[in-house]
Amino acid sequence: MKFLSFFLSRVGKAVVVVLGVVIINFFLIRLAPGDPAAVLAGQAGASDATYVQQLTVEFGLDKPVMTQLWLYLKGVVTLDLGFSYRNRVPVIDLILERLPATFLLMSCAFIFSIVLGVLFGVVAARARYDNRKRWVDSVVTSGALLLYATPLFWLSLMGILLFSVFLGWLPAFGMETVGANLTGWARAGDIAEHLVLPVITLGCFFMAVYVRLTRASMLEVIGMEFVKTARAKGVAPGRVIRAHVLRNALLPVITFAGIQLGQMAGGAVLTETVFAWPGIGRLMFDALLQRDYQLLLGIFLVTSVLVVVFNVITDIIYRLVDPRISAGGQGAGA
Amino acid sequence: MKLDHRFKLALAALAVAATLPFGAHAQTRGGTLNMIVQPEPPVIVTAINQQAPTQFVAGKIFESLFTYSADLKPQPSLAKSYEASADGLTYTFHLQEGVKWQDGQPFTADDVVFSLADMLPKTHARARVLLNQFVASVTKTDDLTVVVKLKSAFPAFLLMFEPGFAPMMPKHIYAGTDYMTNPANQKPVGTGPFMFKEWKRGEYIKLVRNPNYWKAGKPYLDELIFNVIPDSASRAVAFERGSVDVLRGGDIDNVDVKRMRALPNVQYTTAGWEIFSPQAYLLMNMRKPPFDNVKVRQAVMTALNRKLIVDNIFFGLGKPSTGPFVATEMFYDKNTPAYDFNMKKARDLIKESGIKPGDYTVRQLAFPYGATWDRLGEYIKQALEQLGFKVDTESTDAGGWASRTGNWDFDVTMSFTYQYGDPALGVQRLYIGSNIVKGSPFANVQGYNNPDLDKLWNQAASEVDLAKRQELYSKIQGTLVTDVANGYLLDLEYPTLYRGKIHNLVKTAIGLNESFDDVYMDK
Repeated sequence: MKFLSFFLSRVGKAVVVVLGVVIINFFLIRLAPGDPAAVLAGQAGASDATYVQQLTVEFGLDKPVMTQLWLYLKGVVTLDLGFSYRNRVPVIDLILERLPATFLLMSCAFIFSIVLGVLFGVVAARARYDNRKRWVDSVVTSGALLLYATPLFWLSLMGILLFSVFLGWLPAFGMETVGANLTGWARAGDIAEHLVLPVITLGCFFMAVYVRLTRASMLEVIGMEFVKTARAKGVAPGRVIRAHVLRNALLPVITFAGIQLGQMAGGAVLTETVFAWPGIGRLMFDALLQRDYQLLLGIFLVTSVLVVVFNVITDIIYRLVDPRISAGGQGAGA
Repeated sequence: MKLDHRFKLALAALAVAATLPFGAHAQTRGGTLNMIVQPEPPVIVTAINQQAPTQFVAGKIFESLFTYSADLKPQPSLAKSYEASADGLTYTFHLQEGVKWQDGQPFTADDVVFSLADMLPKTHARARVLLNQFVASVTKTDDLTVVVKLKSAFPAFLLMFEPGFAPMMPKHIYAGTDYMTNPANQKPVGTGPFMFKEWKRGEYIKLVRNPNYWKAGKPYLDELIFNVIPDSASRAVAFERGSVDVLRGGDIDNVDVKRMRALPNVQYTTAGWEIFSPQAYLLMNMRKPPFDNVKVRQAVMTALNRKLIVDNIFFGLGKPSTGPFVATEMFYDKNTPAYDFNMKKARDLIKESGIKPGDYTVRQLAFPYGATWDRLGEYIKQALEQLGFKVDTESTDAGGWASRTGNWDFDVTMSFTYQYGDPALGVQRLYIGSNIVKGSPFANVQGYNNPDLDKLWNQAASEVDLAKRQELYSKIQGTLVTDVANGYLLDLEYPTLYRGKIHNLVKTAIGLNESFDDVYMDK
């Protein structure tokens, strides 16, 4: 029962946050100079004021701003996110078409970064107290620092240059081989090949963060009394690390994992652009450049819902790991 | 090694030349042509959107009455011939027999009447202006003959019928519907050699051979794939790796062109842009000082080294402009005096103008279309500063640029526009007084107002006699150059790079926007 009220209060707050995000975005977008009708007419090479006027009416931009907002909110309640006049397709279709690609890239990069990050973090922390293996710690920490500081686009371009152009091992763009018409496992393998470079570039930064987080909090926990007690009791060193140290050191990692998921839900615009990955980040970027208001609002709505959902999940996991955390108190927050 | 390569090339050329007279025998059937479309078009129906990528893809699906040779003469497409009356007021088009829409319905004069009289005047940003202004009536005399009557003579009319400008639309699908939301906009149906198959947004657009195409035996290719690759460095890599076979102008940065040209077995051409003939120019807002002063504008022209711009900023892709018409434009007059680069003379002109450049801070609005334009902006800033002006560069994105330029909110900015073969179609709009309208960046945004010249423009647009027309346009060019109605920078050239195994890729004045019914690949 306590858990249910915790859950409901989190969801209630989440709905308010999403509503706020939508309304603020609605006004923020309109602060950008340039209106969609002018952009579209300009790109069509039109020099005709009546054409711009016609587009303005079609986009509904001639109505008062508050009316536009009201109409939009009314639509959202019925899951009608509007019509992308530029693409001539309902917004929800465009978004649903792109979401799977972003989810795939995101989840692979997430798993890649958290698994390798925690693994290297543990390795580094253990090596720290072993004089013969001290160098391992140095290598891992400086490697992590390097990845942390390297710009994503540089990493991705170098990856393409090395693995696609010089070695020819990996494809340089897209999500699957166009026109190959593969099915079943062959298709999965093809997609996996296309995933390698974007996942590595997207995951490296977060991997570095996890290495540093895990290592630091492990070192903190290792020095604590209960660990010394466990050692003194004669628990095997591997078990001490797993059951006593790592479990307690993981809380900050979970916090950050929630943040990472939230960030990635917005799409990795840069990675998706360089690798021509058909995800939501690029859709958002294009919509912004083209002042496709309805589409942009739709993406903001969907991604903010995702961020909030991930945060709620993080909170729940947090509570499961450490029941002392309550709904009214701390947590990752929305 | 080099000689050997050249020898092979020569042999290959000979082989190709030898097979030409035998026609279709040498042309292999089949194959998939991989290309790039960037940016991704919003729709692929040119009746609704006319951006360059839309025209590129839709040109394979939709056809118009003509296509055009490199010297801008109409070539048969859906119309096999035409007649024009001596007064230039009546055009009769004779349509091809046996043409079918891709859904099997016959293509008839009704479709032409529907397109020219009903749909395009409502939906096509550029065609609507001309159709509404000049066309009095469109009627059919029988299923294969269409007669168009004009309100006044307009010789440029015949240049309107390429698929990007006046695509023929299926009446049986669009008549009586909301053109903008018709589901056929997502699954277009045309008469062209390739049919819409699949569009994975953000990934690719796939077209396949139309088995019932009206030109027997064509097209040769099975599939066309337009890959969406948003990053220009990635596009270069895709070509280098062989994932795509064609690079279109603008697909890669000018700085990469030389490297791509040097790849083995890569062909290069700048042909196929004759009807578009883009010109880059400097827009100076003439509504207020200092650019309301003609001497100042002349000084700016004299202070810009256009050869340097072409050679060092555009990597040789272009030619310095001499005036408002590009050199490939009809009625271009090569005897119009041009401005030569001369910094001392430019400073003298500033002195003559009577203004103190130090009193002005010029707001330069950056042109947000990539690194080349950024460099050009920096060079222009430097040239203006050498004349004594202070210059503030303001950056913006494409939407902001369009909006601010269209609303005249700048002192100087750059732009480029297509000239569409005939001055009445592509050039007049930039200088005629009636086109000083707020809202569009490609109108007379600099505010050049010369009522005497407006008369000449209108006279020239409806003059049927070629010699008289030339005379009028020569006069116009002379006046525009003297007045510096725009700062003419360069006639842009776009490179097309493609693998040597591809043939007949660029054949007409619309280049890669062509239908590709003739394109074939060696196996």
